[in-house]
Amino acid sequence: MTKETLIVSLKGENATDPVRALTEPRWVRWSLIGVGVLFVALFLVMPLVEVFGSALDKGLEYYLNAVTDPMALSAIKLTLISAFFSVVLNTVFGVASAWAITKFNFWGKNLLITLIDIPFSVSPVIAGLIYVLLFGLQGLWGKWFIDHNMHIIFAVPGIVLATIFVTFPFVSRELIPLMQEQGSDEEEAALVLGATGWQIFWKITLPNIQWGLLYGVILCNARAMGEFGAVSVVSGHIRGLTNTLPLHVEILYNEYNFTAAFAVASLLTFLAVVTLIAKALVGARYEKEKEVLPSSLESEPTL
Amino acid sequence: MRFKSTGVLPGFGLSMGFTLTYLSLIVLLPLAALILKTTTLTWPQFVDEVTSPRVMASYRLTFGASLIAAVINSIFGAVVAWILVRYDFYGKRVVDALVDLPFALPTAVAGITLTAIYAPNGSIGKLFKPLGISIAYTPLGVTLALIFIGLPFVVRTLQPVLESLDPEIEKAALSLGASRWYTVTRVVLPSLIPAWITGFSLSFARAVGEYGSVVFISGNMPMKTEITPLLIITKLEQYDYAGATAIGVVMLFISFTLLLAINWVQDKAGQHRVIH
Amino acid sequence: MSIEVRKLNKTFNGFKAVQDISLKLESGSLVALLGPSGSGKSTLLRMIAGLEIPDSGEILLTGREATFVSAKERNVGFVFQHYALFKHMTVYENIAFGLRVRNQSEAEIREKVHNLLSLIQLSGFEKRYPSQLSGGQRQRVAVARALAPSPEVLLLDEPFGALDAKVREELRDWILKLHEESKVTTLFVTHDQNEALEVASRILIMNHGKIEQDGTPIEIFDHPATHFIAQFVGETNYIDTEVTEKGLAVWGPFRFPINPSFTKGQKVRIYFRPHDVYVTEQFETLQVKAKIKKTRFKGTVIEYLLDIGEGKSIFAQVPKGVALASGFKDGLDVYAAITAFHVFPL
Repeated sequence: MTKETLIVSLKGENATDPVRALTEPRWVRWSLIGVGVLFVALFLVMPLVEVFGSALDKGLEYYLNAVTDPMALSAIKLTLISAFFSVVLNTVFGVASAWAITKFNFWGKNLLITLIDIPFSVSPVIAGLIYVLLFGLQGLWGKWFIDHNMHIIFAVPGIVLATIFVTFPFVSRELIPLMQEQGSDEEEAALVLGATGWQIFWKITLPNIQWGLLYGVILCNARAMGEFGAVSVVSGHIRGLTNTLPLHVEILYNEYNFTAAFAVASLLTFLAVVTLIAKALVGARYEKEKEVLPSSLESEPTL
Repeated sequence: MRFKSTGVLPGFGLSMGFTLTYLSLIVLLPLAALILKTTTLTWPQFVDEVTSPRVMASYRLTFGASLIAAVINSIFGAVVAWILVRYDFYGKRVVDALVDLPFALPTAVAGITLTAIYAPNGSIGKLFKPLGISIAYTPLGVTLALIFIGLPFVVRTLQPVLESLDPEIEKAALSLGASRWYTVTRVVLPSLIPAWITGFSLSFARAVGEYGSVVFISGNMPMKTEITPLLIITKLEQYDYAGATAIGVVMLFISFTLLLAINWVQDKAGQHRVIH
Repeated sequence: MSIEVRKLNKTFNGFKAVQDISLKLESGSLVALLGPSGSGKSTLLRMIAGLEIPDSGEILLTGREATFVSAKERNVGFVFQHYALFKHMTVYENIAFGLRVRNQSEAEIREKVHNLLSLIQLSGFEKRYPSQLSGGQRQRVAVARALAPSPEVLLLDEPFGALDAKVREELRDWILKLHEESKVTTLFVTHDQNEALEVASRILIMNHGKIEQDGTPIEIFDHPATHFIAQFVGETNYIDTEVTEKGLAVWGPFRFPINPSFTKGQKVRIYFRPHDVYVTEQFETLQVKAKIKKTRFKGTVIEYLLDIGEGKSIFAQVPKGVALASGFKDGLDVYAAITAFHVFPL
């Protein structure tokens, strides 16, 4: 019996007794759906509506001015820069770590997996703090870097580092279970056929994990562009220089320039909505990628 | 550590080398710096720092609000997961996609938006104002923000487990004469408990460390609505690195404990967290 | 190309998968590696292919030391149990893969792939993806892909394990034909004795990481070397008794002349196949009295459970035609003799 047959349509009130006994009475179902949908509407839909409503409070022209303000544009630029580095480096890391972890056996593998997850369990404020302690004026190496005229804290490199930290595990978390599930048969087959390591990776592994990789990249990018706490600690909030979009929102808000704050926030919200849609679209392909080609005797061609 | 590979595919040295180098540079070394910095404090100084009245008040708010938020999310998150898996209704796919909004929406945006909604002149805040209840700038507001950011954790951990439950078990219970209520409470719900604990813990852990979505709605009044992560930032801005570090270490310790506990529950329940 | 293996060992987490195995396969032979699951046969095959590294021992391919040579350089063809076809590539690209990584020209590749497609009787399927093929078709593509780079050895790991009975039969014949045409040294792993007996010219039987017997199908079937093989290959009766006097063991009414090296009173187990029990309605010679207790129809033979007195019974198989002509039925009194048997000390 498949999942579909269990899902009883609300219209299917005349369903046969055994099926009906496998779900709840109509009033219970309606109440649960009501409660669930209301909860989602209250906590998730209302904020969405609020953002766009407040952003257009003073009209379209005001909105456009707020989002094309030079300070806003410089914040957009910095956000794109830090997201770019985070996505590229964490993608390379994700692929490398997943390859090492899923294709080989070695001592300490579970420990390594736990260590990779650390940035998820650490408060973003602490993520910022640790870089201040390393590279700040009073930090371990801070003096050396500043003496050599390399500014990391209250400068772009610090923002990029903090963003990399908070988005660190996104890609590897998707790839490790996916590649584990897929196994190494195809890679071994390619090896026996005479392929080199890079040929195996580009021609066999990468096409097999492309949707999972993209999924991880989407999540990584969304978090990188939206990160606030960690970046806030290391940024120094220098307008036009070390402000990312979320920090710019904060500054406008603290200056009681609410409409402008929401206008800039609406850009980030739009990004979030695009992320959710992309996630849903890629997610469907990703689910398919997880399925292993059946080899059992029932496997009928699916033409 | 002895990293001896068993496997014939190429690339172990390269991939493992890069993994360990990058992990050390980005995560391990900076975290070690945090621990190292704490050692500049003597033990009594450390204890003073992390138990001063203002810090204690922030713990009460942070952990109290996080706990309440996680409990509420465990209840309503379970309802949302249940209706998404078991029922069909119009707009289900939208609701499903929306559940991830707190993951995707930058926390600063969530913060100012929730504040605008629950402020005394906001769309919901003004409904409560005549009753003498203020939401924003009170612990209640902090809790609401934490509910927002924690919701997906419960839904997304329960959903796959609910989907994978074998319907044959429910049919068997039915054929043995069990009522639907009995089947759900005695057969279905108990098998969800490990995932439920995991979702609760993830939601709680996220709430404890949360900063962006809370700092706007909390009002940040010392002793009243000041959360622990904010206190770290305040200390940093006053160049009190040692104080910030001490509190940071306490939070880090709590995060690690939660991480290990979650992993333990998942291993125990045989959910494939990642791999073995 | 010949394959030689010397004192090979492989342990996984304390489990000895392969223990001290030595063997030699002549160029052009078709050999089966038969054994129950967990006997180490797949591990041995994977070590020969270079997919596992042995803990100790040597592997020689065409006399050259290859123990630590990369799988990439060994020029062996390997067919995986679950095919391991590249699922995002077409049939054509799957077969061409081993040629492309060797930088062969497009014209060469096209000719070779088309030849292989006709060899596996899948011409016209080149644009399909693995998911659009049946299990048997996938397995044939996997074999073609392995053969494309003209390997000197073909290794197959449970090649027909996941297929249904009828397709297995067809692929068996096909593999035999393929081997006759290509003459490539072939070693295949199977847990199916019929497959091994029918296809291979030589069978290696593995159990608990060791080779228990190495011989032709007839040798294996008629002269099992160990208890394990006597029970594992073919159907058999076995009885436990002790040596009554030098050169003789008695069990019920049966008297087994045995090798005089067994000492009096020694406990032995005697194996005999049901079709080696000679049953007739009339007494012929050297037979004992028996009564048919149960009849089971098994296709070309009919199996009888014979009561031979003293509460003892044995299975006998009689060709269907003979059984029908003799009018065997439950309750009938018959005469039985054991024409071939094997004795092992307990």
